[in-house]
Amino acid sequence: MVYRVHPSERVPHRVDRDRFLQLLCEHVGSDGLLFDAEDLRPYECDGLSAYRELPWIVALPETIEQVQAVLRVCREHGVPVVARGAGTGLSGGALPVANGVLLSLAKFNRIVEIDRANRTARVQPGVRNLAISEAAAPYGLYYAPDPSSQIACTIGGNVAENSGGVHCLKYGLTVHNVLEVRIVTMDGELLTLGGSGYDGPGYDLLALITGSEGLLGVIVEITVKLLPIPPCAQVLLAAFGSVEAAGEAVTAIIGAGLVPAGLEMMDNITIRAVEDFAHAGYPIDAAAIVLCEFDGIAEQVESDLLKARDIFRTQGATEVRQSTGEAERKRFWAGRKAAFPAAGRISPDYYCMDGTIPRKRLPEVLRRIAELSAQYGLAVGNVFHAGDGNLHPLILYDANKPGELERVEELGGKILEVCVEVGGTITGEHGVGVEKINQMCVQFGAAELAQFHAVKRAFDPAGLLNPGKAIPTLHRCAEFGAMHVHGGQMAHPELERF
Amino acid sequence: MNADLSESLRQAVLDAGNAGTPLMIAGSGSKAFYGRKATGSLLETAGHSGILSYEPTELVITARCGTRLSAIESVLAERGQILPFEPPHFGQNATLGGTLACGFSGPRRPFAGSARDCMLGCRFLNGEGEMLSFGGEVMKNVAGFDVSRLMVGAMGTLGVILEASLKVAPKPERELTVCFERSVEQALSAMNRWCSEPWPLSGLAYDGTRIFARLSGSERAVDAVYRKFGGEVLEKGDAFWEDLREQRHEFFRADGNLWRISLAPATPVLDVPGDWFYDWGGALRWLKTDAPAEAVFRAAEAAGGHAALFRGDSGDGQMFQPLNERLKSLHANLKRAFDPKGLFNPGRLYEDL
Repeated sequence: MVYRVHPSERVPHRVDRDRFLQLLCEHVGSDGLLFDAEDLRPYECDGLSAYRELPWIVALPETIEQVQAVLRVCREHGVPVVARGAGTGLSGGALPVANGVLLSLAKFNRIVEIDRANRTARVQPGVRNLAISEAAAPYGLYYAPDPSSQIACTIGGNVAENSGGVHCLKYGLTVHNVLEVRIVTMDGELLTLGGSGYDGPGYDLLALITGSEGLLGVIVEITVKLLPIPPCAQVLLAAFGSVEAAGEAVTAIIGAGLVPAGLEMMDNITIRAVEDFAHAGYPIDAAAIVLCEFDGIAEQVESDLLKARDIFRTQGATEVRQSTGEAERKRFWAGRKAAFPAAGRISPDYYCMDGTIPRKRLPEVLRRIAELSAQYGLAVGNVFHAGDGNLHPLILYDANKPGELERVEELGGKILEVCVEVGGTITGEHGVGVEKINQMCVQFGAAELAQFHAVKRAFDPAGLLNPGKAIPTLHRCAEFGAMHVHGGQMAHPELERF
Repeated sequence: MNADLSESLRQAVLDAGNAGTPLMIAGSGSKAFYGRKATGSLLETAGHSGILSYEPTELVITARCGTRLSAIESVLAERGQILPFEPPHFGQNATLGGTLACGFSGPRRPFAGSARDCMLGCRFLNGEGEMLSFGGEVMKNVAGFDVSRLMVGAMGTLGVILEASLKVAPKPERELTVCFERSVEQALSAMNRWCSEPWPLSGLAYDGTRIFARLSGSERAVDAVYRKFGGEVLEKGDAFWEDLREQRHEFFRADGNLWRISLAPATPVLDVPGDWFYDWGGALRWLKTDAPAEAVFRAAEAAGGHAALFRGDSGDGQMFQPLNERLKSLHANLKRAFDPKGLFNPGRLYEDL
């Protein structure tokens, strides 16, 4: 496998495990600790299950005071800590470290308050994303960010990863929908970031902590913004004879001043897989289909649909359908939502990548993905959050074939490098974790990486929180750079090679 | 007025580092009134200007820090687009860099996002004179810490912003402002009720007598909504919001201390004597008062919010809500992480930053 812990990212300590368990036990009790191999097993990986590591100890605190105590004890003894929510992350952000404490926030599963007047929900980090919207529904409110794992993923993990979803173009990412968080820093201090209003005093630490992948602090409480549930939503399904035409149509929609709530695109390989599986009624001969949803008050949705239908026709759509009611709307979406399981049916395994590109570069990027796909002999389907440029190539493979996963990861890495080359990024919403840590060396120069490390030290000087994730050491990049030469230019020429 | 002065700005930062002289960063100086007085020699950024790229169909614009806000807005207007956060200018020559450093957002903020929400990426100089680039020109990007958004509202104390990429939005086809005469309690209650219902709002303010509600959307939608929403149509609605944004409204035409208080929108009337103006549906409150700074900070904090002396003099130089010791030390750590020699705008945000 491509990812290995780099020696420079290890946090060595010589603490005796039994002795340390005793120390933790004083704070969280024996019910709050797991240490037998069989009990540790469920924590060995997150949603990126290709990578597994048994944690040293699992701690399951129930109160903020216990989190503070665990972190203080770990800090005192130089023991690394990895925080974990539901473990649905796709980049290995919650992968344990072998000599560290895996801090599960599973017991923090309470919705503390729904403040109807201020349209906010104050929740503990282990609350599931969808549970917030369910609790807010009686007030006609909901929480907008909807990552595809929303039925299982927790809000703490959403904040740590700055999760997205299919409605980001109109409603933003997690960072746009969180008002306040309370975090515990590695030295056990409890801090409140943000405020009860739309901003907080001083530096925007709320923005900084969002998406920091558990490297800066442990999130113990979150206040999110709730929005009124749109009274009306309808979706258009447009089919196109080429990916280019579909891309042009999406561009034309945005250019016309429309802001769809969702704007999704799928290529033919995905359409076929999905149709076989979910029977959403997709035209299986189309080279690409676009789903375009509008929500809001009925009159606005109607005028938007009218405009969008015209645009799709002018842009050469071979077919345009409009959902006629809630059941059909859900059916159109069912296909899109089944894209991943459908890929799992036509292939023994699939690997979901996540990069963002400027939308206009889509045809070129898809062409290059097709070339890479042919070169590696691995089929790739593409699902595209077209509205915000977030591309999810699904690489189909068979993990039982020796060496195939390694080739998949290499192909995935190349795809991400194409994203960076066209002015995009290696991750739109899944995070870096361990999965893309090498590609961070491609996206950022040594000075930016050094600045990231300086930020990290401002919160966690000993580097104990989630070591080896998200931000590569310069040593890692030096070694990775030695393998990857870009345009004849070696990355980080200023560093010694090993 | 397009010029790339990034190299000379970098040299100035390196020189200041070598000489150990702090820098006071200024664009056009339109926001010099805001914040504590910084010390140091002037680092002028207004010359570093020009729009570097604008892709209407990607909803992104990238410009140098010295670019005038008005220039950006007129380029966007040609393509029917706007800056969603409706930034106040406070001067004809207001620049992009100053707007972002102050983190100012206008009346549209609760409905369309803030300056930091729209920040997609930036290039800046840190205190070592390194030119760093974070984020980018795409909407969704979670690679590395969100350093670009951290720059917004940092009052230039963490770095010299050189360029920024911002998310833009289509200008609504039609906007209509309607008014309702209400008491303050009724106004707070109505504004918050409307926000929990799916009205297409884009502005919600209360001047002490009347609520002003701005409705946005397609012609058809705004017409239909107005029939249900009611209210008295304000003929010059656009002018009202612009005057509010630029603080040209009558309320702001007075000397004395003007406070900005940010808190949960449904918070009842705060117990501080003075005149109040409510924006952001109640979440942003302007207060003219002679009350001591201490009393305003205390009232804001008790309501879970924070206060800043926007214009005027607090007597003891305190302008921003005091931070607790733990937050203060984290701020100091971050300041050192970006600007270890303490070159940038020392004292502008807090005394020891």
